Amino acid sequence: MRNQRWVEVAVGGFMLLGVLALVFMAFKVSGLAWESDRDSFKVDAYFGDIGGLKTRSKVTLAGVTVGRVASIELDEEWFEARVVLELNTSLEGKLSSDTAAAIQTAGLLGDNYISLTPGIEGSTLGEGDTLKDTQSALILEQLINQFISNSSGD
Amino acid sequence: MLDGLAVVGRKTLLGVAALGRSGVFLLQSLWGWPQSWKALRLWVDQVYSIGVLSLIIILVSGLFIGMVLALQGYTILVDFGAEQALGQMVALSLTRELAPVVAALLFAGRAGSALTAEIGLMKATEQLSSMEMIGVDPLKRIVAPRLLAGFFALPLLSLVFAMVGISGGWMVGVDWLGVDGGAFWSNMQAAVDFRGDILNGVIKSLVFAFVVTWIAVFQGYDLVPTSEGISRATTKTVVYSSLVVLGLDFILTALMFSNI
Repeated sequence: MRNQRWVEVAVGGFMLLGVLALVFMAFKVSGLAWESDRDSFKVDAYFGDIGGLKTRSKVTLAGVTVGRVASIELDEEWFEARVVLELNTSLEGKLSSDTAAAIQTAGLLGDNYISLTPGIEGSTLGEGDTLKDTQSALILEQLINQFISNSSGD
Repeated sequence: MLDGLAVVGRKTLLGVAALGRSGVFLLQSLWGWPQSWKALRLWVDQVYSIGVLSLIIILVSGLFIGMVLALQGYTILVDFGAEQALGQMVALSLTRELAPVVAALLFAGRAGSALTAEIGLMKATEQLSSMEMIGVDPLKRIVAPRLLAGFFALPLLSLVFAMVGISGGWMVGVDWLGVDGGAFWSNMQAAVDFRGDILNGVIKSLVFAFVVTWIAVFQGYDLVPTSEGISRATTKTVVYSSLVVLGLDFILTALMFSNI
């Protein structure tokens, strides 16, 4: 018969190892962070074409990540994509209300993300506001098509 | 011709009957367990012999699979100048597929066969029927703790497998092949989603744990009580659990990841 105390210690150690593995997977591998709703405020933006943008894509300002895409849905009145952005609370009341949002691509084949450019107006953005100045995703195939049809027209 | 048909019919009936018996067996052993603190002690003993003793094989194979993944992935990715994506490749293939599946296969070979042989020998030496004779229900005393220990141990083992595998991939990729360590982790964190990848992997291994332990314990309980019967049942445990794990893995993957 095995020593009962040793069995208990070993099983306890095994459980701890399992919890450790879960914590490692959560924080080191998937980069989970404690995010609560209080840390962010939401802003809407409408785009004609979002390209390959996905929920949880990055939102950057001057290249620095300042938020994530919270949700994407089709606006059934105007047939545009309604993208909800979650931005850091520290920016609430600081970005001017004519801030521009553009969908860009990281590198030639990288993921799409949203890049914000601050405006000049005095009034500022808050929870639930809408960004008016938006620029849709550049789609490489369309650009090439335009280029070909323009150059053949000459 | 007619005889052949009769054989097919008899085999089918036998198979369906075994399936029904195994379902009744599962319900009977788990219904109303545990009845006391003493029963919990039996469970701890089984977690030791099923889980803790399987740890070595899980750690070693996890480490080597992670290292091989990194090595193979690197030689392919470096052709495209994309060796920075090594971290996400290793982490995604481990959390989604390899950790649950390989851990379940190893578990079937290491712990499942042992469970079948142990219970089978108890049956062959009539320990189970003498237990019934003195008024102890072997389903509660022998089977239930083993089932619950298996359900608990395999998900933990597959998490440990993934952790060790990713560390092995990191060792080979970053220390040996010279991929940038910061890019390795940050690409991994950008690509791996906690709910979509890691929790789905854990759900997979919960399903595998349930199926593998159920097959192993039922094969032991249901075997023909001879030495040949025990050897056959042990083989059946490993073959059936491997087939069921691989088949279920395809179905679960199709359900979980096909809509991305």
